[in-house]
Amino acid sequence: MNILQIIIFTIVKILIVVTIILLAVTYLVYFERKISAWAQNRIGPNRVGWHGALQSFADVLKLLLKEDIVPDAANKPIHTLAPIIALFVSFTTYAVIPFGPNINVFGFSVPLVVADVNIGILYVLALTSLGVYAITLAGWSSGSKYSLLGGIRSSAQMISYEISMGFSIGGVLLLSQSLRPVEIVQAQSGWMWNAILQPVGFITFLVSAFAETNRLPFDLPEAEPELVGGYHTEYSSMKFAGFFLAEYANMFIASALIVTLYLGGWQFPYLDHFGLSNGWFAVISVITFAIKVAALLFFFIWVRWSIPRFRYDQLMNLGWKVMFPLSLLNIIWVAVLIMVFKL
Amino acid sequence: MLIEFGKVFVFLLIAIVFVIVALIAAKFIRPARPTHEKMLTYECGENPIGTPWVKFNIRFYVVALIFLIFDVEVVLLIPWALVYKGFGLGGFLVGAIFLFMLGLGMAYEWRKGDLEWVKPKVILPTLKNVQVDIKEDAAA
Amino acid sequence: MNIYDIVFYLFAAITVLSAFFVVTTRNIVYSAYYLLFTFFGVAGIYVLLGADFIAMVQLIVYVGGILILILFGVMLTNKITSVEIKTGSVQVVPAAVGVALLAGILMASMVDTKWRSVETAMPSATTQGIGMLLIQQYAIVFELLGILLLIALIGAASMARK
Repeated sequence: MNILQIIIFTIVKILIVVTIILLAVTYLVYFERKISAWAQNRIGPNRVGWHGALQSFADVLKLLLKEDIVPDAANKPIHTLAPIIALFVSFTTYAVIPFGPNINVFGFSVPLVVADVNIGILYVLALTSLGVYAITLAGWSSGSKYSLLGGIRSSAQMISYEISMGFSIGGVLLLSQSLRPVEIVQAQSGWMWNAILQPVGFITFLVSAFAETNRLPFDLPEAEPELVGGYHTEYSSMKFAGFFLAEYANMFIASALIVTLYLGGWQFPYLDHFGLSNGWFAVISVITFAIKVAALLFFFIWVRWSIPRFRYDQLMNLGWKVMFPLSLLNIIWVAVLIMVFKL
Repeated sequence: MLIEFGKVFVFLLIAIVFVIVALIAAKFIRPARPTHEKMLTYECGENPIGTPWVKFNIRFYVVALIFLIFDVEVVLLIPWALVYKGFGLGGFLVGAIFLFMLGLGMAYEWRKGDLEWVKPKVILPTLKNVQVDIKEDAAA
Repeated sequence: MNIYDIVFYLFAAITVLSAFFVVTTRNIVYSAYYLLFTFFGVAGIYVLLGADFIAMVQLIVYVGGILILILFGVMLTNKITSVEIKTGSVQVVPAAVGVALLAGILMASMVDTKWRSVETAMPSATTQGIGMLLIQQYAIVFELLGILLLIALIGAASMARK
């Protein structure tokens, strides 16, 4: 493959991935509203389109047409840059997440991942740490007490859970011996999903992912009863839409990442024994990945409408005194597992 | 290897362009009619009081400090985790001692109360608290 | 000049320009913000040098940890009355002398050094190599690092408590 073909394939892949993310995120908002309505015995959005299926598009259009109000007390350049960082981070993380095995297109073997970087997992961690800035700077630049408190709470929460996230990933790396997401998926062939081999690590990562995405029960940065809107109190129009989309896009990343690291990625257990052709194999793999991600997304929404919000001291205690020691124990557990069973 | 990073770089560029275009595009179609009241900071409908940059608890800074140290430890542990499989007991000991040190640090923080967060004091309504109001009501 | 050079000069320009703004801007939050771009540019240059692990560590530790700490420090400053926190310059003359001397030394060493430019093969992945070294050759150093970090942790926490 020469350089021109690589560039063309890459740009096509990026455009496909971005389109899929945008569509998925739009419908994720719709499904969140529908599922919450179902959980609370309401009807939910049902006016725009069939059963309200176009509601999210109508909402985006509405936000496009809204006046952008920036308070006089705010610091305008940083106030504008914060949602840009939020969206930037949530889009670029997808670059390293594989959603299928290699496929053959026009005689080329094309991997179904935008960039198969050999330190992919570190790239995800680096971007996660960049994501803290969006919220911190949004809170700081708004010139509002609620925003500042929300932003600071949120950054302390995110950095606390980043630690247990990092150590949980350590457990995965012990087994995969690689930082490439593709190899991490391949290391989990058959029943050897990391979720089964290291359930404690799976749980700590899952909880950390909830905290990193600021989802309920960890949505203290925007706890409505005490902080109005938290860090996005002073945001309106497209900038608000930016934060809103970024939040849902982050949920999507978190699910895709959990599937990649712990639930066997695109792999359908023992699919290679069925004797399928290359094309069908790829199709079933991609569908498997989509179903796993969708199941996790449903879990995210389900948890949001089932569990009440933590108090801040409970949140920090959970992060430092429960999740952090557990993720350390998980590393020891996996190390012993490898030594005893020679996995 | 650089080609894969090149792809990431292209993705970063496309993401930046996409995000900025999305934000700028809205500028041309939305109204802009600022008034003095609109530009006030939101404070539940009242005029904002005092500086928005309120003082906050020093605990947040301590948490960031502790985070930084553990972040470095995570980063140091990752290369060890990658090659651990090939080394058996020796590799295990190297990692275990490092992890023990890490655990020691955490135990210290825990014991010294740096991981404690201020707990809210719950004041349960008692008859004593409520009585004052009742008396005043009766007098009026 | 191939694409590699163009990307290198792009990252170098980002690094140098943002570093320039870090020191010239008078608003502390802005300098922290420009520092973000400096770290980013340096990470890019590391990637171009084939040091992928260091590049990501640069982002994780410096951007994710140290800069957050700086921002928290700025936000905790007592005398904040507006978002613009200004810094001024004092002792301009001695500073200028010091800077001129340092610049002279750096320039001299840059000109005098015989730079070897050798086409080397790009290492495919550096992280495994670092891990091997940490377990075998530098195992003691690795443990010492653990102790150092433990001391740093204890020291930092007891200082912050005061």
